[in-house]
Amino acid sequence: MSEKKTKRRDFLFTATTAVGAVGAAAVVWPMIDQMNPDASVKALASTEVDVSSLTPGNTLTVLWRGKPVFIRRRTQEEIDEARNVKMEDLIHPEKDEDRAKNPEWLVMLGVCTHLGCVPLNDKGDYNGWFCPCHGSHYDTSGRIRKGPAPWNMEVPKYEFVDANTIKIG
Amino acid sequence: MSDHDYRPKSKVGQWFNDRLPLLTLANHLTDYPTPKNLNYWWTFGGILTFCLITQIVTGLTLAMHYIAHADMAFESVEHIMRDVNYGWLIRYIHANGASMFFLAVYIHIFRSLFYGSYKSPREIIWILGIIIYLLMMAAAFMGYVLPWGQMSFWGATVITNLFSAIPLVGEGIVTWLWGGYSVDNPTLTRFFTLHYLIPFLILGLVVLHIWALHVPGNNNPVGIDIKKPSKDTVPFHPYIVIKDGFALLMFMIVFAFFVFYAPNILGHADNYIEANPMVTPAHIVPEWYLLPFYAILRSVPDKLLGVVAMLSAILILAVLPWLDTSKIRSAVFRPLYKQFYWILVADVLILGYVGAMPAEGLYLLIARVATAYYFLHFLVILPVLGFKEKTLPVPLSITEPVLGGSPNLAAARNKESKIE
Repeated sequence: MSEKKTKRRDFLFTATTAVGAVGAAAVVWPMIDQMNPDASVKALASTEVDVSSLTPGNTLTVLWRGKPVFIRRRTQEEIDEARNVKMEDLIHPEKDEDRAKNPEWLVMLGVCTHLGCVPLNDKGDYNGWFCPCHGSHYDTSGRIRKGPAPWNMEVPKYEFVDANTIKIG
Repeated sequence: MSDHDYRPKSKVGQWFNDRLPLLTLANHLTDYPTPKNLNYWWTFGGILTFCLITQIVTGLTLAMHYIAHADMAFESVEHIMRDVNYGWLIRYIHANGASMFFLAVYIHIFRSLFYGSYKSPREIIWILGIIIYLLMMAAAFMGYVLPWGQMSFWGATVITNLFSAIPLVGEGIVTWLWGGYSVDNPTLTRFFTLHYLIPFLILGLVVLHIWALHVPGNNNPVGIDIKKPSKDTVPFHPYIVIKDGFALLMFMIVFAFFVFYAPNILGHADNYIEANPMVTPAHIVPEWYLLPFYAILRSVPDKLLGVVAMLSAILILAVLPWLDTSKIRSAVFRPLYKQFYWILVADVLILGYVGAMPAEGLYLLIARVATAYYFLHFLVILPVLGFKEKTLPVPLSITEPVLGGSPNLAAARNKESKIE
């Protein structure tokens, strides 16, 4: 140990370990990545929904990527209620204007951000949604107001293809 | 131990044993010196081995008929129940067997807590046991998902979503676990694979658990170190084999009661409704054996901290040998610990009860107090008790307390020395 001289043997040892580690990682990664969503799952990325039958005050639930999506045609009352909330009263502050570009239509994932249950319509202390699993209350904009959920219900990417059709994803 | 002296009687036996010493192992297992004062709480190790083998055998036969596909799983389970010869019996044994397995493991764990079996020199046995217990919970959870009923689906959704509490990478991990954007067919097939694998991992760990046990030997109700072999021990066979066998028979009566008279009482009616990703059942509850931890999860109002508290409640057990500072093993000689032990038992039962109730009002308050006490027991009471408690005098051998108060002491001693 007194004289520090790199020997041929040390070099071989380090080089072998390094190549071995890279090789092991290269084999392990495919084993891990095979569990991620596959091509056929990813291919179901978007879905189109006909909303012509939906009257104000009603909600349509459709399946997108295996998850329910709530499409709510809101009444003027609900819109006013959502827009008059003070930002400081919110757990996860988001303006209703940003969540519903067209105020009449609220489109969001019907998945509670706590542990993934489907909240119930027209329930709870804020006239919006209520999650029966662990008691999270959401308002008429789908924002978390009370309970263990940390975030508002997620608004997915969507657009109106025409007046009666929404494309989600 | 007489392992080293052992030599098979027959020539063939010797020839074989010199090449593969299986007969030496068999001899070690039958002659294994066991404390003679083991009570019936010590029979649950054998009962648990029986439970594991039952689950593996019934599981293998069920797998011959079950179809791990989101569109067919539910129907294939009904097919097992209605069409397969004795399918109903095999499935009911498997489903109730899981509950019986947990019943036995909880008794086994609490026996260890009462008699201090986790203490030096048995820490490794204890930690292996905790790993087995964790794997049991994983296997039970994934097995519950396989029938693809409403509770299966939403239980899987809620439990996998626990990982989304991890900052930054949580969502990615959940997607990876699911193999999609929700619990779906890829989730079912991988759960089936892992559910099939885990029992064999448990089997391997059980071998290590028993191996580690056979190094220091069994703890005993008095909790003292004993000489092995000595007049304080009896050979495993036939003494313990008979006692374990009798206890197993009693246990099987309880088991059979559930299988034949109340096969669905421990389950949930919602799981006879096929999985529907659009509707969550009104009240999601895990199986009874996970309820105390579920109560701890729900008692914390923050998502991440709730998950941390629940995991800590289990993992804290792994460091128990170092949290308990008392040198005395058995609660028999620890008057204060004995009381706290029973308070802990009550605390866990209360947590189990409120875990089954809605998380609101008084139930939530009780859950919070019980959760706080659970951690208080392990993190404060146990470490302090070791220093403060005045323990009772511990006997020097197992024979002493048995004969101590007996008027026939002299006669008995005389008899024992003759036996020796």
